[in-house]
Amino acid sequence: MWREQIKPAIMIFIVLTVITGVIYPLVVTGMAQAFFHKQANGSLIYSSDGKSVGSTLIGQNFDDPKYFWGRLSATTPAYNASASSGSNLGPSNPALVDAVKARIAALKIVDPGNQVPVPVDLVTASASGLDPHLSLAGMDYQLSRVARVRKLSEASIKKIIDQNTSGRFIGLLGEPVVNVLKVNWALDRLKK
Amino acid sequence: MNLNNSIQILIYLVVLILAVKPLGMFMAYIYEGKPAGLNVWLGPFERWIYRVCGVKAEAGMTWKEYAVALMLFNVLGIVVVYAIERLQVFLPLNPMGMAAVSPDSSFNTAVSFASNTNWQGYGGESTMSYLTQMLALTVQNFVSAATGMAVLVALIRGFVQKQTKTLGNFWVDLVRSTLYILIPLSLVVAVILVSQGTPQTFNSSATATLVQPMKDAAGKSVTEQVIALGPVASQLAIKQLGTNGGGFFNANSAHPYENPTPLSNFLEMLSILLIPAALCYTFGFMVRDRRQGWALLASMLVIFIPCLVWSVQIEQQANPLLARLGVDQAATVFQPGGNMEGKESRFGIASSSIWSVATASASNGSVNSMHDSFMPLGGMIPMWLIQLGEVIFGGVGSGLYGLIAFVIVAVFIAGLMIGRTPEYLGKKIEAYEMKMASLVALIPHVFILLPTALAVLIPTGKAGILNPGAHGFSEILYAFTSAAGNNGSAFAGLSANTPFYNIALGLGMFFCRFWLIIPMLAIAGSLSSKKIVPVSAGTLPTHTPLFVFFLAMVILIVGALTFFPALALGPIVEHLMLNGA
Repeated sequence: MWREQIKPAIMIFIVLTVITGVIYPLVVTGMAQAFFHKQANGSLIYSSDGKSVGSTLIGQNFDDPKYFWGRLSATTPAYNASASSGSNLGPSNPALVDAVKARIAALKIVDPGNQVPVPVDLVTASASGLDPHLSLAGMDYQLSRVARVRKLSEASIKKIIDQNTSGRFIGLLGEPVVNVLKVNWALDRLKK
Repeated sequence: MNLNNSIQILIYLVVLILAVKPLGMFMAYIYEGKPAGLNVWLGPFERWIYRVCGVKAEAGMTWKEYAVALMLFNVLGIVVVYAIERLQVFLPLNPMGMAAVSPDSSFNTAVSFASNTNWQGYGGESTMSYLTQMLALTVQNFVSAATGMAVLVALIRGFVQKQTKTLGNFWVDLVRSTLYILIPLSLVVAVILVSQGTPQTFNSSATATLVQPMKDAAGKSVTEQVIALGPVASQLAIKQLGTNGGGFFNANSAHPYENPTPLSNFLEMLSILLIPAALCYTFGFMVRDRRQGWALLASMLVIFIPCLVWSVQIEQQANPLLARLGVDQAATVFQPGGNMEGKESRFGIASSSIWSVATASASNGSVNSMHDSFMPLGGMIPMWLIQLGEVIFGGVGSGLYGLIAFVIVAVFIAGLMIGRTPEYLGKKIEAYEMKMASLVALIPHVFILLPTALAVLIPTGKAGILNPGAHGFSEILYAFTSAAGNNGSAFAGLSANTPFYNIALGLGMFFCRFWLIIPMLAIAGSLSSKKIVPVSAGTLPTHTPLFVFFLAMVILIVGALTFFPALALGPIVEHLMLNGA
């Protein structure tokens, strides 16, 4: 009973492997490279000298007061784009409380006058460790600090934030967020 | 629950349910061999495949022949995936020079992908070459899904046919599922994902100069970011559509490349439940009583919708430990608030919670947020949904044939209560069907509870735990639950890439896949050989709201009672401690 099925098993396996494992990914690659070249290659952004500064979709670590800081990252080192990972700390884990405390302390050191409660996504780790975004509240919390350190008006920075804010899809799905990397990069280019 | 959360749940349900009829009818046409566009254009190609492969497409198989063909094909798949992983270092398309995968991890991954579980003990971008991702993993994503669909179709034929020995041809069902259903849908989804930012390239990783140089833990200066790329979109599309769940990257669909925008997120969430939901309609269509299909879908929704609402509510709550530190966790127009640890900003609470419920109820297992960091009860919902037997949607094909096993149990119990011979769709349910259905319902329970008990007793089991206390127990319980349910999601803090977990979980995945498929095919064979009893006044109607609720209650009682003690030791006690402290 099983012997006559061996040939079909092997042959069907080979044929389906070629169709789904070779032809299908190649067709998708061809269409992706033809129609969405930038996205298909990682949405990279380049400085004027042609060097890559990063990807609009992959966050970077910021801990200098003159930059907006993003989500905490649980990868090693932070924002390691070749080894994505969340913290996986449970809600009752003392290590989670310690990480949040440390982040609050770090934020207070660079901005001691700020008495506003810290927004939750600014003190918690993202799922991927690469989250390029932050909530509007998280940006707003840091606005006065960045303006002060950079000696810029809050309004001029707010304008850059607005340019790099994406809303919910059709106004309903997901959350409105600001791309932290794009804002910081734009701030650096302002000076020049 | 705030307004936007409710709207997001509502949109998801409405779009999903609207897609059920058109896709379900299309699939029924494909399996019945009726002309449906695609199968007309590609018909010559399909027949060419059978000719080349020596398949006699018209020859039906008995249930035993069907099972033999299925097992040969799947075991071959396991062997090939194992070999490719072990040999990837010598094979092409390995631009980042990935080493051979360890024997235990290769075994685990091979079983995992062949059994439609897609548990990932490894980090994709740091372990697998592009060739392995495509030729081993993507292929299994397709064929393991097609295998599940084939078994369902064979089971449906068991109900439709009268006094027939054969159940159709496994090779035909397998090829049609892949060629006409999975590939076209995947092509569409993959291209839309690329438009949103999912990479699809064979180039090696990109290197970027950091805007702000940083120091790593050892104090060494870091000025560059190496960004892993690859043929991501093609694998991602089938990963969602085939209820597979094994991502290209370690962070799965939380990774901004796997899931760049709220639109990609919605599309991926929809893809998780699309085929399992539509198959309910296919079932109703093929048994020539569409109400039966809608009734099965309704009993899934009876359990699914409350879980959706409950999950969003729980995750929207503040973590009391963080509230004490003065963290602002309130939802406003400026932030989603709630429990944001392990969640991505662009998804916030609603999109993350809906996903967790969808991925667990379907045996998908992809994640867009880290279930390990969910609130205790928020993490319990997906775990419990898997423990119900992966029949609330469940895997493509496997969810519905699993649910039909529960239907058999339900009509049997109902038959005992009202004193009539149980029957379903005109087929008498007798001792043989009941025995097989009981196996299907109970085997996963054994493979969840016994290995969990073993793992918490031995040091190698406990060594993998990340979080202390009750949460650590939850991590182990979730791992074996996920393997037995062929789900593949995880409380990912558990370090499961060790020989003990790789082998224990691998065996769980294997037996809970194929030891359920074989009894289901046995049921199909037995039903197929029976007469069809005409409907009479004594027939128990199985499309009424009464039966829908009765079926849901049977699922709940079998699943909930078995696991309540274990859940009480994990998430429930953690919930009480967190809120009482």
